Amino acid sequence: MPDVTITVDGKKLTAPGGTLLIEACKRVGIEVPAFCYYPGLSLQAACRMCLVEIEKMPKLQTACTVPITDGMVVTTESEKVKQARKSMLELVLGNHPLDCPVCDAGGECELQDMTFKYGAADSRYMEGKLHKDEQQWSPVVFFDRPRCILCYRCVRVCGEGMDVWALGVQGRGVSSVIAPNQEDHLECEECGMCIDICPVGALTSGAYRYKTRPWEMKHVGTICTHCGDGCKTTLGVRRHDTGMQIVRGDNRDKSGINGDFLCIKGRYAFDFTDHRARITQPLVRKDGHLRPASWEEALEVVAHEFRDVRESKGGAAIGVIGSTRTTNEENYLLQKFARLVLQTNNIDHHRTADFPALAAALKGKDGATAGMRDVFSAPAMLLIGNDPTDQHPLLAWQIRSNVRLHKARLYLANTQPIKLRRQAAVFAHIADGGYAALLKFLAGDDSATATLLRDGTPRETLIALRDKIKAEPDLIIMFGAEIKGADVQALAAFAASLPKARLIALADYANSRGASDMGLYPDLLPGYTASADHFAREWDAQLPAQPGMSLAQMTKAAADGRLKAMYVVGSNPVARFDFDPFVLTKPFLVVQDMFLTNTAAIADVVLPVACAYEKSGTFTNSAGDLQQVQKAGDLAGVKPDFEIIVRIAERMGFDVRKLVPFGREGVRADMGQSRGAQSGEADRHYVWLKAQNLEPKMSPLDPQALFDEIQRVVPGYQISRAALFSGTEVRTHALTAGNGGTSAGTDLIRSSNDTLFTSGTLGRYSHALNSVMENRRRAPAGAAAD
Amino acid sequence: MPVVSEQLDNFFNEKMKEYPTRRSFLVPMLLYTQDELGYLSPDAISYLAQKTGLPEIEIRNVISYYSMLTMKPRGKFNVQVCTNISCMLRGGEEIFQHCKQQLGIGHKQTTADKVFTLEEVECIGACSWAPAMQVNYDFHENLTPAKVDKILESYEKKAAQ
Repeated sequence: MPDVTITVDGKKLTAPGGTLLIEACKRVGIEVPAFCYYPGLSLQAACRMCLVEIEKMPKLQTACTVPITDGMVVTTESEKVKQARKSMLELVLGNHPLDCPVCDAGGECELQDMTFKYGAADSRYMEGKLHKDEQQWSPVVFFDRPRCILCYRCVRVCGEGMDVWALGVQGRGVSSVIAPNQEDHLECEECGMCIDICPVGALTSGAYRYKTRPWEMKHVGTICTHCGDGCKTTLGVRRHDTGMQIVRGDNRDKSGINGDFLCIKGRYAFDFTDHRARITQPLVRKDGHLRPASWEEALEVVAHEFRDVRESKGGAAIGVIGSTRTTNEENYLLQKFARLVLQTNNIDHHRTADFPALAAALKGKDGATAGMRDVFSAPAMLLIGNDPTDQHPLLAWQIRSNVRLHKARLYLANTQPIKLRRQAAVFAHIADGGYAALLKFLAGDDSATATLLRDGTPRETLIALRDKIKAEPDLIIMFGAEIKGADVQALAAFAASLPKARLIALADYANSRGASDMGLYPDLLPGYTASADHFAREWDAQLPAQPGMSLAQMTKAAADGRLKAMYVVGSNPVARFDFDPFVLTKPFLVVQDMFLTNTAAIADVVLPVACAYEKSGTFTNSAGDLQQVQKAGDLAGVKPDFEIIVRIAERMGFDVRKLVPFGREGVRADMGQSRGAQSGEADRHYVWLKAQNLEPKMSPLDPQALFDEIQRVVPGYQISRAALFSGTEVRTHALTAGNGGTSAGTDLIRSSNDTLFTSGTLGRYSHALNSVMENRRRAPAGAAAD
Repeated sequence: MPVVSEQLDNFFNEKMKEYPTRRSFLVPMLLYTQDELGYLSPDAISYLAQKTGLPEIEIRNVISYYSMLTMKPRGKFNVQVCTNISCMLRGGEEIFQHCKQQLGIGHKQTTADKVFTLEEVECIGACSWAPAMQVNYDFHENLTPAKVDKILESYEKKAAQ
């Protein structure tokens, strides 16, 4: 609609006609109070707090439902308005207990703020207050009925936002009450959105309630360590005997790519951090048993053994397995350490998406990938495989919100009747294993329908799917681990045939994409670089010539006795890949982990590490959005993986400066130019830093020192520091700007098959996730959430 | 298998076509179902949830909103005595007290033989003939305690048939 101009409290403002008055006021910094209004949810006009005076309208109007029209003159804070709000509060407080000092929401309660502002603490009501005892609806959701002010935010966010519809309003008028879907308990996705959105202390979190006060915590916004979507979670931390304890996770600043959203994992599953089983001391195997040792002793044993094997058997006798949950800096460091210090190309990780195949297909095609934010705004989306509701909760939220708020079209092809079918414009339920045939069909091969069709899916559905997709002017294509190798190529080719299509490959862990971009592959260096030349020049070093072994080849070599040492960082291959754990007892095995996992239990040295919430760095989510990881918690005894790797290198006698560029004297190398500042021998890194207006970092343990190098040498990571440090996500382009090398071992790609309530090793040590699953086992019920 | 009769199920399917969305037919369906079953049982709620494509909780929300809908079994005859202003001025309270005494039950209670349920209700739109009461869908007006006795007796006979 065309812009209109209105006057609010004497200020003129211009906004598109039809904008809600409450939103228009926000633009000029005027906050109209409201309980029931929430951006993005349906309008309710239930709380009557946003009443304002509008000239030529006889009665006060609710700013949350009035669309602005040209020439409107509004007063938001007159005596009449104040009196009206005070009276509304008096009504709201009619049954609300006045015991803020013992309420869990005290200090961050919208009702408390309003009562302070409008002063409605004394009441003319003499009747007794209705009271009901508090109820526990699920392991994570508690409901205190008298505190509820019936704003219905929880009901709407659960139904409209989450598409779960687990909350309802029962009864009528003053005796209305919020009720869960299973009479006295909830059966839902346990996301906790209802708790975060509750303006008062009616819905409280089982994990946090009555533990502390908001002003006693420090609030640190960081990136969730669970799935590959990259939600921002704000962790509340407070002092504790062993460091800084994480007490709660929520979504208070809403500045991340997830906006209002967080799932159960981002909100509650931080609690593995203070699990009793956490290792806080290095362990070294002596006489067949793992015994506590000092860091000095453990690092000396590791460095000595690694050096010994490298010198006597060569680097090829050492294998390295990296992590999908360590930061980009740590992943980059690990592969550099493997190649320069251990002199081996034997490095791999648990692959959950075929990024190399996509990088090969998209090389040089700027704009062929999409970010997580784009999924919320694209006019059309195609999802092939995967079940985002379970495996990528944020992606599912983005898709649902886009369909609901922007009327975007969702096309689905899946072998399972996944929940997102409810938002789909076309849902093609295809035969098991039919993805390859689907891609053939999309490419125009009609005979492929023979192996593709499933009983009950008419052929017309497939035809309609293809026709509609082909007619889309702007499409985002998302696909799961079902599509790999040649299928990725086929899909990319199909995408290239469309007017405009952007791709997202879905990987399972917080930094799966980072591990891939940073080159945790035996045959790929960072940025999907197959040739060693570029990095040999950048690092001014000879790289090992012998081709590396994949994870499968390494375990085989370990069984044969060819692998003499193994370095496993933040990974649990014994649990993930079903092979006889006995094979890993043969080489000298070093494991860096938080817990005594199946792999750590058979190690020779176990080094206790800080988790992602206890260190800083960067993560890249599945879609290539780079975000800052900030240190929140702190635990005495553990060290970040970054520091451990540097210390091992140092003890092996390696010049740490060559690993992490720090200090003013860096690596000298030929700049390859014949004149000017870059001629002859100079420090490439230092020159680059100067050109970027960056200071050299002064510590080898500073991950940012290595991020400087990543930004300089990894294609696709040339990003704006200002944007990154301001806390938003920045797009990286390693898939399109990278060198497009492929990696053998497509068969090693396997989905973790995590659900909403599991999260690999971390999930096993999360009390919140376990209690929810335990609760479900006790009370099995129908598929009400679907 | 539908909880309601096949006839009613068919009627629902036919009538559904006249409504813009399936949920807009919900309240009439609830009334028809309650008339047939006597109350809205958990099975009836799941049946209607399926029919409308709504979650069960949404059906329960609607039922809980309307006082004429119930999730608890009622007696064969639901005696609803109005005690709103007009009826109250003309002795509605006494009529309600009299019913309580005669039937030996209170508000929203059912007799042991499951014949009567008694309810004190808000205005039933019969102010001109106050005091009034409604038994299922039948209205009885200008009541006196003696008249009430006769009315209850007639229903007792009906129940015995």
